[in-house]
Amino acid sequence: MNIEERLLEGDKRACARLISLLENNDEQAVNIIKRQYHRTGNAYVIGVTGSPGSGKSTLTDRLTKELRAQGKKIGILAVDPTSPFSGGAILGDRIRMSDLALDKDVFIRSMGTRGYLGGISKATWGAVKALDIYGCDYIFIETVGVGQSEIDIVKMADTVLMVMVPNMGDDIQAIKAGIMEIADVFAINKSDLDGADKTKLEIEMNLDLNEKSDYRAPVEQVSAIKNEDIDVLLQKIMNHENYLKETGKLHERRRRNLKVEIIQLVEEELLKLIMDKALEGDLLEELSHEVEKRKQDPYTAKEKIISLIRE
Amino acid sequence: MDKPIRVLVAKPGLDGHDRGAKVIARALRDAGMEVIYTGLRQTPEQIVAAAVQEDVDVVAMSILSGAHNHLFPKVVRLLKEEGIEDVLVLGGGVIPEDDIPGLKEAGVEGIFTPGTPTKEVIEFIKGNVKK
Repeated sequence: MNIEERLLEGDKRACARLISLLENNDEQAVNIIKRQYHRTGNAYVIGVTGSPGSGKSTLTDRLTKELRAQGKKIGILAVDPTSPFSGGAILGDRIRMSDLALDKDVFIRSMGTRGYLGGISKATWGAVKALDIYGCDYIFIETVGVGQSEIDIVKMADTVLMVMVPNMGDDIQAIKAGIMEIADVFAINKSDLDGADKTKLEIEMNLDLNEKSDYRAPVEQVSAIKNEDIDVLLQKIMNHENYLKETGKLHERRRRNLKVEIIQLVEEELLKLIMDKALEGDLLEELSHEVEKRKQDPYTAKEKIISLIRE
Repeated sequence: MDKPIRVLVAKPGLDGHDRGAKVIARALRDAGMEVIYTGLRQTPEQIVAAAVQEDVDVVAMSILSGAHNHLFPKVVRLLKEEGIEDVLVLGGGVIPEDDIPGLKEAGVEGIFTPGTPTKEVIEFIKGNVKK
């Protein structure tokens, strides 16, 4: 049996291999996704994001256990950063999910960002589809530890769970643009620490300033390590899922995300097309030389490269 | 970018000393490999399950408790039972000279004892990966 047939039968190794092939830009793997794409769309995708050490992995582990108790099949994509210098990576999210390794209905995959910025990796888009075809009911995407503006998870997830910890700065942090704007559910993890109430208050006050809408992101205090209030948090996530489904906004959101995905694919292909030509005849080398000597400017150089494909 | 070599670094057995495993993990990272580190006290079953899901090229284990003769071959056996024959299995830690031939025969292809330069491990992996 080939990978495709085995994947449809729920074979873990086939799913694992397909994700590897997608990570390595293998054309055969893309063809499998093309043929099986009609089977996707059933899995509900939850993005888990937050700063390094905020407890994303532990929280994902706990939420997965809650969902497993309901008999759901779970996929987890855990992304950690790739070194821009060596291309290597330490992928350490599994450490917090050891108990899940032997559960036959949990699939955990660690991924390096491999040069992609934005908190996830380029292959994450493909890996989500692979897990969807494999038959997962819920897929968690755990981003790298983020700062303020790595918000690509919002282009992929149905629900974005923002994991915060107490005392991460003053109330100005809560009103800044970027990561704080994309959360559908806030979890304040490590809530047994001092300052959890103040953090919750700051987030709530910021939410008060949002335009009136029929959905307001809940702010839930939890402790992943002590397994406290995880069930309440999961309920909040499910409330968001139900809200999106009942109002038809899930389709709207997915359409918006797919538009972004298609644009991204076009950009990638176009860039490759153009740059292959530009690099072919050392044109890029020549132009950068001339621009540095001030014989040309970067804008004219760009026009020369674009004219290569504009025939 | 070339396809990076994926390595599972695992600590089977009950000892809680993972300094060596972390040094190796860091060295492999700097050599351009993707290292999946699974943490302490992993059972052979957990290690093999992780190797399957992560589709790794190499499983590198470290033991300092003396249980290597039992746990290393068990991982090799469980991998074979899963039908996985193309993964390179390595062992490290405090392993007496006399035990090395038996472990190699059991399918642990590289054994690295304390004091091995990390470069040697990197070269061995690059020269022996099967995928």
